Amino acid sequence: MTEHDITLTVNGTERELTVDARTLLVHAIRDELGYTGANVGCESSLCGACTVRMDGDAMKSCTALAVQADGAEIETVEGLAEGGEFHPIQEGFQEEHGLQCGYCTPGMMLTAVDLLEENPDPSREEIREGLEGNLCRCTGYQNIVNAVENAADSMGSGAVADGGERPDDRPVTDGGETADCGEVPDDGTASGGGEPE
Amino acid sequence: MSIESLDPDDVSAADILGSAIERREDPALITGNAEYTDDIQLPEMAHMAVVRSQYGHARIEDVDTSAAEAMDGVIGAYTHDDLAREDTPGELPFLLPVGWLLPSLNDVDHPILADGRVRYQGDAIAVVVAEERYVARDAASAVEVEYDRLDAVTGPGEALSGDAPQLHSDADGNVAFDWEIGDEDKTEEAFASAAHTASVDIDNQLLTPNAMEPRAAVATYNAGTDELDVSMTTQNPHLHRLLMSGVIGHPEHKLSITAPDVGGGFGSKIHHYGDEALVAWCSKLLERPVKWVATRSETYLTDAPGRGHETEAELAMDEDGSIVGLRVDTKANLGAYLSTFAPAVPTYLYGTLLSGQYDIPAIYGHVTGAYTNVPPVDAYRGAGRPEASFLVERLVHLGAKEMGMDPAEFRRHNFVPDDAFPYETQVAVVYDSGEYEKPFDRALEMVDYEGFRERQEAARDEGRYLGIGFSCYIEACGLAPSELAGQLGAQAGLWESSLVRFQPSGTVTAYCGTSGHGQGHATTYAQIVANELGIPYDDVEIVEGDTDEIPQGMGTYGSRSAAVGGSSLVKSAQKVVDKAAEIAAHQLEADPEDVEFEDGEFRVAGAPDQSLDIANVAQAAYLAHDMPEGMEPGLEATSFYDPDNFVFPFGTHVAVVEVDPESGEIEFEQYVAVDDVGNQINPKIVEGQVHGGVAQGVGQALYEGAEYDENGTLLTGSMQDYTVPKAEHIPEMDTDSTVTPSPHNPLGVKGVGEAGTIAAPQAVVNAVSDALEPFGVDGVPMPMTPERVWNAVEDNAAADGGGEDGGER
Repeated sequence: MTEHDITLTVNGTERELTVDARTLLVHAIRDELGYTGANVGCESSLCGACTVRMDGDAMKSCTALAVQADGAEIETVEGLAEGGEFHPIQEGFQEEHGLQCGYCTPGMMLTAVDLLEENPDPSREEIREGLEGNLCRCTGYQNIVNAVENAADSMGSGAVADGGERPDDRPVTDGGETADCGEVPDDGTASGGGEPE
Repeated sequence: MSIESLDPDDVSAADILGSAIERREDPALITGNAEYTDDIQLPEMAHMAVVRSQYGHARIEDVDTSAAEAMDGVIGAYTHDDLAREDTPGELPFLLPVGWLLPSLNDVDHPILADGRVRYQGDAIAVVVAEERYVARDAASAVEVEYDRLDAVTGPGEALSGDAPQLHSDADGNVAFDWEIGDEDKTEEAFASAAHTASVDIDNQLLTPNAMEPRAAVATYNAGTDELDVSMTTQNPHLHRLLMSGVIGHPEHKLSITAPDVGGGFGSKIHHYGDEALVAWCSKLLERPVKWVATRSETYLTDAPGRGHETEAELAMDEDGSIVGLRVDTKANLGAYLSTFAPAVPTYLYGTLLSGQYDIPAIYGHVTGAYTNVPPVDAYRGAGRPEASFLVERLVHLGAKEMGMDPAEFRRHNFVPDDAFPYETQVAVVYDSGEYEKPFDRALEMVDYEGFRERQEAARDEGRYLGIGFSCYIEACGLAPSELAGQLGAQAGLWESSLVRFQPSGTVTAYCGTSGHGQGHATTYAQIVANELGIPYDDVEIVEGDTDEIPQGMGTYGSRSAAVGGSSLVKSAQKVVDKAAEIAAHQLEADPEDVEFEDGEFRVAGAPDQSLDIANVAQAAYLAHDMPEGMEPGLEATSFYDPDNFVFPFGTHVAVVEVDPESGEIEFEQYVAVDDVGNQINPKIVEGQVHGGVAQGVGQALYEGAEYDENGTLLTGSMQDYTVPKAEHIPEMDTDSTVTPSPHNPLGVKGVGEAGTIAAPQAVVNAVSDALEPFGVDGVPMPMTPERVWNAVEDNAAADGGGEDGGER
């Protein structure tokens, strides 16, 4: 197995590490660097528990290779709070009981932050649509939607406006398809797939 | 109407019980500081991977591990033969036990590694241990297995038909058990004299639990002390310790099981699987830490699925629309082997709920359990009770139609009346308390039922099809009285244990044998203990999920934690108060009978200035300088709480949908849930449990189903193929509650973990049936995909209006 020396800047700290060519980004972050907030749920981009932000975009770290992220800025859930203060999305999840077992929560929050940067005042439908790449089995989603609305309200009121400005044309990240935020194929499934409009 | 969370700092001590405070477990979970099993890293840790059967049913001709063993970084590969070797730990048989026996049960061997035969796709054949995670998986792929494939059978009806392949030599005709409840003759008579009957033919499909965190275990063994420590995804660490100690032959007192943070369970982490036992065995063999984490594919192949019923049932009514009888014949899928509590699920957790919320004078239920080539089936959220509630509420829907009565009025007419409680059903249980019209009326009000019927008619004139569906569910939970459980076949008690311990400084640690995995026990239990002891909420710490710290326990399932675990904490706290009262009386130089306890303070009756708060008493108890004569120092108490009965939550859920008969698509207009779960310790957490439960019920109604082909190959083996509902799939829910306390426990609580999942499917199916009434369709099989809805409409159109049952199967 070929080894590669790569550099990842995780939550602002530059880290150098040696990984196998096949090492998944999520395992590099978790097992090599100790950021265990990104969880592995499906190893197939479908559940979103492993969502991190790479160069500002939410992406599924379970289907990206660590070498693809060489030189990238990675943000994990551990980087959300600043100076001992929760990020508004964290406050939203706590206040609205937007989590139960917590396994999907880091990925859910990072996707939500991404969503709010693109659309600071989303409707409930837009939130549900924006979270389509992140599965939660505990909450039934309603309090997650409330949590994102709660965060949008506090971010909109200027509590944390940091990073809110984003260009319309989102840069294409190096991770290729897997780096697309929250995009997963539709369920063309044997067991269902019908979506109520 | 969403409940608003409160900051615990803004809640007075007197109001802490019953307040919707924010959860104390959240800060760790939202910052990445939680520790799930796969987060655990130990020095020298090796990784295990499991070689699983590719086929649903086969004889194993040969297993060749040589290529795997030759790979760089591979430590070893082990098959059933290696378990039997003299130089490996433990002794045969390495069988997984079943924890619930029935008189007719045909128990069969369930080896942790296949002993010459595999009976479901995913059945474990060998394990490989390697230095690295990826290498272990590579090596597992390099193990060569020679199979002699056998015919497979996956449905219970087919398995029992007499023509199916025989799975086990100890179970003729694949019969796992034959079980009945109720009075067959009385029910026959009721049907013979009935004015009307309604019938259904229903499949309650197999579901995959899909906890977001896959099952996992990390074991570490100290050869010097013979101590074996296993951290694992478990809902019941003590039970796993007991079972695992037997399976691998390691003494229970030298085995420790810890549940770190657990990412959901829904039943799937109750059962004892072979995988976790194999991790422990490998650690012992290799004398180093070993980790195994299931891939999502493995969870689909091996996590115990739930449901899996094929049922024919009939309801009998008299001329006035009073229900006079119910008879049920169910074939239940048990899978390839008997999982931990499997025999209880389609029997005592199902048959005992067949009376629903209704006063039914004659009931007879017959259940045959079938061995099939699917994974062992066991409890999944609701476990038996969703199947019962679905059946009863579908029959009641059809009964109303048969009578030409409004479905709401038909239900009201047949409810168990308020003055009948405690109500003894014809199926061996006594409902503790209930006022069924309370949540029902509230739900009708929330959907504006009268207005809805007018809107429905107007919409039909425009070619739009709205429907309303009711689910008046009952559940039995708070699993529960050990004596009764023993009579019914449980091989374990169903009490719960706790320890409440004051520290000398006056803070408290409370240990409970339940084991939460998302339910918020650290918060709700602290609310209970703080309230009982009259001390600040922040001064109470809750410890769960560690067999080394917690005296004993039975775990979290069957919505039992508040009713049984919470009550145990009350009992322990009361013992602490009793002892503290004696110490306080001694210190206040008063007669113990004159000492009163309120809001954390002991006062002498009639002398209000003479008082001591309980934290000071704790300090005195540990100083032990001046104790009542003969009393031991310290202030703590352990209790084992064993309730007198189950608790019986109830409620009404109503779905309002619009169905497009041209596309088969179903759109929610409203979903109302009014639940009565007794007193609520934390209404915000109750609301969250209802939301999540409903989502899983809606999932069953519309999206989910584990499907196998005729060879026993799983067709829905990934999140791509098995639709775990997304945010867009779940409707907004309007929730409310009524409160009818349970008289059986000191908290008056019932249980809420499963209510939503029990209630939801039939509300949705009945709503779709109501919408499609003009097309003669009643009963689209679950999951009601657009294709199935469209086909039901088309089939009935082809049959020129269709008949009664529209093809539920």
